[in-house]
Amino acid sequence: MAEPQPVLEMTGIVKEFPGVRALSGVDFRLFPGEIHALMGENGAGKSTLIKVLTGVYSLDGGTITLDGESARFGSPLQAQQAGISTVYQEVNLCPNLSVAENIFIGREPTRAGRIQWKRMRKEAAELVDRLGLDIDVAAPLSSYPLAVQQLVAIVRSVGTGARDGAGLGTKVLVLDEPTSSLDRDEVLELFRLMRQLRDEGVAILFVSHFLDQIYEVCDRMTVLRNGTLVGEHLVRDLDQVGLIELMIGKALDQLEELHEHQLRSDLGETLVKAEGLGRTGGIAPFDLEINKGEVLGLAGLLGSGRTELARLLFGADQPDNGRVTIGGKQVSMSAPNDAIAAGVAFCSENRKSEGLVPDLTVRENIILALQAARGWTRPIPASQRDELVARYIKALDIRPADPEARVGRLSGGNQQKVLLARWLITQPKLLILDEPTRGIDIGAKTEIQKLVVSLSEDGMSVLYIAAELEEVLRLSHTIGVLRDRRLVARLTNGPEITTSKILETIASGEHQ
Amino acid sequence: MSATTQTPKAAPRGSTASRARATRLLGDRRLPVLVTAALFIAMYVGGLSRYQNYGFGEPQVFLNLFIDNGYLLVAAIGATFVIMSGGIDLSVGSVIGFTTMFTAWLVERQGLPLLLVVPLALAVGAFGGFLMGYVIHNFEIQPFIVTLAGLFLFRGLCLVISKESISINDASVGTLAQTRVSLGMGELSIGALVALIVLAVACYVLHYTRFGRRVYAIGGNEQSALLMGLPLGGTKIAVYTVSGFCSALAGLLFMLYIQSGDPLHAVGMELDAIAAVVIGGTLLTGGSGYVLGTLFGVLVLGLIKSVITFEGTLSSWWTKIATGVLLCAFILIQRTMTSRRKT
Repeated sequence: MAEPQPVLEMTGIVKEFPGVRALSGVDFRLFPGEIHALMGENGAGKSTLIKVLTGVYSLDGGTITLDGESARFGSPLQAQQAGISTVYQEVNLCPNLSVAENIFIGREPTRAGRIQWKRMRKEAAELVDRLGLDIDVAAPLSSYPLAVQQLVAIVRSVGTGARDGAGLGTKVLVLDEPTSSLDRDEVLELFRLMRQLRDEGVAILFVSHFLDQIYEVCDRMTVLRNGTLVGEHLVRDLDQVGLIELMIGKALDQLEELHEHQLRSDLGETLVKAEGLGRTGGIAPFDLEINKGEVLGLAGLLGSGRTELARLLFGADQPDNGRVTIGGKQVSMSAPNDAIAAGVAFCSENRKSEGLVPDLTVRENIILALQAARGWTRPIPASQRDELVARYIKALDIRPADPEARVGRLSGGNQQKVLLARWLITQPKLLILDEPTRGIDIGAKTEIQKLVVSLSEDGMSVLYIAAELEEVLRLSHTIGVLRDRRLVARLTNGPEITTSKILETIASGEHQ
Repeated sequence: MSATTQTPKAAPRGSTASRARATRLLGDRRLPVLVTAALFIAMYVGGLSRYQNYGFGEPQVFLNLFIDNGYLLVAAIGATFVIMSGGIDLSVGSVIGFTTMFTAWLVERQGLPLLLVVPLALAVGAFGGFLMGYVIHNFEIQPFIVTLAGLFLFRGLCLVISKESISINDASVGTLAQTRVSLGMGELSIGALVALIVLAVACYVLHYTRFGRRVYAIGGNEQSALLMGLPLGGTKIAVYTVSGFCSALAGLLFMLYIQSGDPLHAVGMELDAIAAVVIGGTLLTGGSGYVLGTLFGVLVLGLIKSVITFEGTLSSWWTKIATGVLLCAFILIQRTMTSRRKT
């Protein structure tokens, strides 16, 4: 049989934001009756492509063809009416209404303007039943867990258009990370529903960070990198290592050459010990030990739980279970203050939104954490403060070396250094660096890496998170490998550890 | 808590439904209304036992609750729409005051017939509400601020009409105010009947029309309502128009009840209306509640006033104190209910 006609074809899609080209000439096609995965690291353009498709963003170039006809959507509503429904990660339904109402609201069956409740409940129950779900449609949506709410959202989107007569209604169903907060049973139920809809001829676009899920449920995948199309493959033709190579954009052999060693090995006693620490929807329970002066690098794809792990250790998120001891003492970790008091410092990956105050000066930003630790009633004497600030500006080579400069005016690399200075000044025992080198130039990158090495030599423990494996490999004594929100392996760095070995561990997900 | 985590959530068939049923009983949205109704009955029975010898048991005492609070009920029904949609309307009292002034002025000073004045007053109130809704939606301004501006505007307009109170001596108003409809055991005024009709219409609109369900949906989650393709703007503007209309109607009923227009009529009545809505079990965050609850809220407030009148020695300020205490208690009840619903 000849290749069937795609239900959706996007060609040469271009989307630009001020200063950034998010998508440059991406082609994408979707066949009826398939589950198609859209793959790529964060920032590869997945969500931009979806938003263009569903009418949230307007097109800057390229064409969309739906069912052989050229289409252009100005709003999500228009896309919905054309047969493209989207279910987002967060459930966009009204929790205060009943399940039946959520399925039907906006198109309730009415007679002379009066809503026919009985008919609506009956039709909703039939729809739910046809899709093989067991949901009491009269119950309020809020009485169901998130997973069921997500299924209801799918039922709603499938129902959209079906009443208007034109065939099945939904032709394309976009599922944007629907599984990120579901447990295993719930995911299976979702997959069952997806397969049923596929068999009914719906084209499903599925986005997930979990590679296993892609391989479990998808038929075909499109890989994006940096806003360009890397390739379209049948899932059975591409193994996980190959996929990761495509996503990262480097062959494993190539990565190995970059690797070199320059680490010292004499480590102190255990500083931080986490046992069974975990949080539902964040990261599965893990055990972790960090020694004094050790650099522990975390490797894993974006969204694999790296930041979530760090946030648990800092008390920014509350763990569901497990405990943390720092320097032999158990710490409650109910708030960042507990962690700070125990000597933990955390440099967030979003330095703009979560770290620095752009309108304050370099001096004020640096002094912030130390002042907070002392309490607002005990101001730091001006002379001591100026001396401290001057010392760290010099030590970290912050430019311009002007304590009165506004932080918002500094370059990314210098902002990062200011953030580092703020935490270093409190002399933490454990420094957590989440993507400290992201978005800064190569020179500043090297300086920050050198700084990490010298801090570790001075006996400070560092938890280092970076997207680039070479960076993790170069700096870390030990490498924690994360996959699908689980700490799957702990590798002691040595000559035999290479980036390809790490990638294989990520791909296979093998336990130590 | 531990029980919920052990239960598999989606897969096995029976457990989902039973779990849902349990949660539904705990967080039933009708519970606050039942609590208010129970409170009303308890207060009424308490009043019976204490003041029986003074005629508290007369059916007319009960019916007087509707006669004396008909205008508040209508205003509170309008406020219910707004609060249900997640907004707030502070202009209610001013619109009521303005309507009394406006109608008194037209009837007494301009000599216009009541048949013409009534639709005019209602149109002005509805238009005021429409304007506020339009500004709230199109300029994305907090309803609190916009309706606060409405509060000052309408109160100011009262004084533009006249600084003095205008008493109404028009014969048609007099007859209308005096008319009583006999119910056998007692009688109701025209105002009370109008209020009950508004109540029935509001019940129907909120539960049996698409507009009513949109009000609930927007109050539940505005962003979701938008993404589900519901006409957000139209609904919001309509909600404030309804509130403006109800305020004007309440103003007419108040004018009938008191037979005068005064620039200082109904100062702060928006707060009574909001209190009645909240005591009636509607969540201030929107999306949950019933008009029937608002009826009980108004009746409870009215009954407090009656009880204090029967007590005789208490200052009328005790009404405010009792309202404050009740309001506080009911907000705490709502709080515990919503937090339980979340778990």
